[in-house]
Amino acid sequence: MQQQQKVAALSYSFPEEVLEHVFSFIDSTKDRGSISLVCKSWYEIERWCRRRVFVGNCYAITPAMVIKRFPKVRSITLKGKPHFADFNLVPEGWGGYVCPWIKAMAVAFPCLEEIKLKRMVISDDCLDLIAKSFKNFKVLVLISCEGFTTDGLASIAANCRNLRELDLRESEVEDICGHWLSHFPDSYTSLVSLNISCLANEVNFPALERLVSRCPNMHTLRLNRAAPLDKLANLLRGAPQLVELGTGAYTSEMRPEVFTNLAAAFSGCKQMKGLSGFWDVLPSYLPAVYPVCSRLTSLNLSYATIQSPDLIKLVGQCQSLQRLWVLDYIEDAGLDMLAASCKDLRELRVFPSDPFGLEANVALTEQGLVSVSEGCPKLHSVLYFCRQMTNAALNTIARNRPNMTRFRLCIIEPRTPDYLTLQSLDSGFGAIVEHCKDLQRLSLSGLLTDRVFEHIGTYAKKLEMLSVAFAGDSDLGLHHVLSGCDNLRKLEIRDCPFGDKALLANAAKLETMRSLWMSSCSVSYGACKLLGQKLPRLNVEVIDERGPPNLRPDSNPVEKLYIYRTISGPRLDMPGYVWTMEDDSAYLE
Amino acid sequence: MENSLGNHQTEMNLKATELRLGLPGSDEVEKLPCNFSVLRNNKRSSPEEASDVDSISKSKLNSSNGSSHTTNDDQDNAPPSKAQVVGWPPIRSYRKNSLQQKKGEEVGMYLKVSMAGAPYLRKIDLKVYKSYSELLKVLENMFKCTIGEYSEREGYNGSEFVPTYEDKDGDWMLVGDVPWEMFMSSCKRLRIMKGSEAKGLGCF
Repeated sequence: MQQQQKVAALSYSFPEEVLEHVFSFIDSTKDRGSISLVCKSWYEIERWCRRRVFVGNCYAITPAMVIKRFPKVRSITLKGKPHFADFNLVPEGWGGYVCPWIKAMAVAFPCLEEIKLKRMVISDDCLDLIAKSFKNFKVLVLISCEGFTTDGLASIAANCRNLRELDLRESEVEDICGHWLSHFPDSYTSLVSLNISCLANEVNFPALERLVSRCPNMHTLRLNRAAPLDKLANLLRGAPQLVELGTGAYTSEMRPEVFTNLAAAFSGCKQMKGLSGFWDVLPSYLPAVYPVCSRLTSLNLSYATIQSPDLIKLVGQCQSLQRLWVLDYIEDAGLDMLAASCKDLRELRVFPSDPFGLEANVALTEQGLVSVSEGCPKLHSVLYFCRQMTNAALNTIARNRPNMTRFRLCIIEPRTPDYLTLQSLDSGFGAIVEHCKDLQRLSLSGLLTDRVFEHIGTYAKKLEMLSVAFAGDSDLGLHHVLSGCDNLRKLEIRDCPFGDKALLANAAKLETMRSLWMSSCSVSYGACKLLGQKLPRLNVEVIDERGPPNLRPDSNPVEKLYIYRTISGPRLDMPGYVWTMEDDSAYLE
Repeated sequence: MENSLGNHQTEMNLKATELRLGLPGSDEVEKLPCNFSVLRNNKRSSPEEASDVDSISKSKLNSSNGSSHTTNDDQDNAPPSKAQVVGWPPIRSYRKNSLQQKKGEEVGMYLKVSMAGAPYLRKIDLKVYKSYSELLKVLENMFKCTIGEYSEREGYNGSEFVPTYEDKDGDWMLVGDVPWEMFMSSCKRLRIMKGSEAKGLGCF
């Protein structure tokens, strides 16, 4: 009791301004949340000075609630559709509309500077509203978004005098006209970061050159595929201070002066640390980037369809590399070289060059990943597509890299066993979760039984996100995960024999998680109704394109299920194939 | 607050090996519900027909090469080549497209299809179909409507529903007005209109 009184006395003895000043050094959402829980006065002080808000699920809370609690927000991040939407598992029109948020914030946050969206739908009207409502608007990041056109971008360009960052990463933009870029006025010079890599058509290149050369603080520039290589040298000369560059198509008629110009331009880029782009690579042009290779920390070659020898020549020069994204053309040989040369490597992603082919088209196996895990002591984040795997290899990787935090393995053929022993890969993944105690994210593949989930439930105590496909035998598997993974926030499952029992037995767990996705599993409509009824702080969405689920027996499994915690009740913008299970108070027969 | 609903907690006997689940009704002869994991196979069937499949495999080693990977072997009638499963392998579409364009392989030609009165859009891959009659049959199945016969002079006169499309120039045309190849290359999106809506079209 005395201790509590002491704390209370202390907190009252600090003037608000001092506390506010102290809080201003704390940016992380999690820490800010902790601060707000200390006592009422800290809650009040904190909420008035919180500048950045992160909303991991735009349907978990309403705009009004956010505005009410945090009246002085300058930066907001919102996420919409579930992750599996990336792979076409969420039908068109599901939701994730940002408009209500923008409308509310246009009134409530006139000083808003940053909007960052992921997997949301944003219209041109919304972009226009943003452009005209926030006088000091600086940062617009639209990751995997859709619903807008280059007309909306024109409005942003024309009106946002203080814009610093425009990042359209992986968004689907209807490309009406490349002249939107010309809407940046001649007096505008504050651009720092521009990512237009997702645009289908050519932008007005002279306008782009002028823009880039008049913005002295340009740091990041990611062009789209249509940006011609022979114009790149000029562009670079106008911005030798660039740190991150995404080229366009890396091909041109083979002309010596284009090459020498390009090489010279790259030589002038003394700050360059990251490269990406490289569509349609002509290998003979690659040496033009050699001048910057030794300084590169990030290299994205995941569109570069060049073969292993060329890849090896390039990557072998990048001893400072921390992040590499590449196609499986790199093969085991290339990964061996990577392991030998790039001792600072932290993140590796290997994408498949022929994902739908029946046979392997490249010599990339589990061995490549094993090599890198041996040679690169800082490697902690892996995404690896391959066609074969063994428990032994996974075991070795786990023991080599106990510092692994993100491990996503995709064996292309579902339910592929250990190719040497023909057994399941339970023990291999078991080794991963057992040895990598800080594992935050895990994606499974290959032949897996309930045992792997038992291992995960037992060991993966720090796991926050788990992706499962074509795995498991019974509800026991799901039960292990839900009951064992203390820090689980996101769980996404497809094509697994998981049904009602595990869900209902662990219903309370669902309120501690951000979301659960299950598609092509065995969860019945009746169980969905029950969950929806009994857990009012969950939205239980049944997604079923066969029509209303109440026209079929309660025991009939639903096609897709998306459960997320929320304090704003069922949403009102659902399309015709989504039904929210009502809670008891609103339940109608 | 209870951890679970009903008696389910006690049913989760962790040591039990007899806890097995089948699909509801799997012991009976009733037809299994459609499962949309299979997007297409070599059969030119509509999406609803394409899958009498059970994507949930209980057997341990189910890896006979060449069978569809969303079926139990005994149910598999699919042709030897692999059926494509929706969303697998998990690669973003822009990656798939960028690879395919390079190799000159057939890229899927996904178009949005809307219908008057239906609250949501569908997408179809136009490359899968070889003729208007195939396409129309699929649309009829997809939207549970009857479209009727096309005639050059009368369009779809008398039909309750009329298939139309927007072409490259932004004009709305009747499906069937131009040769199939021209349609394939100029169609931007499809819309099934009510007969009354479509009266102005097709009078060429």
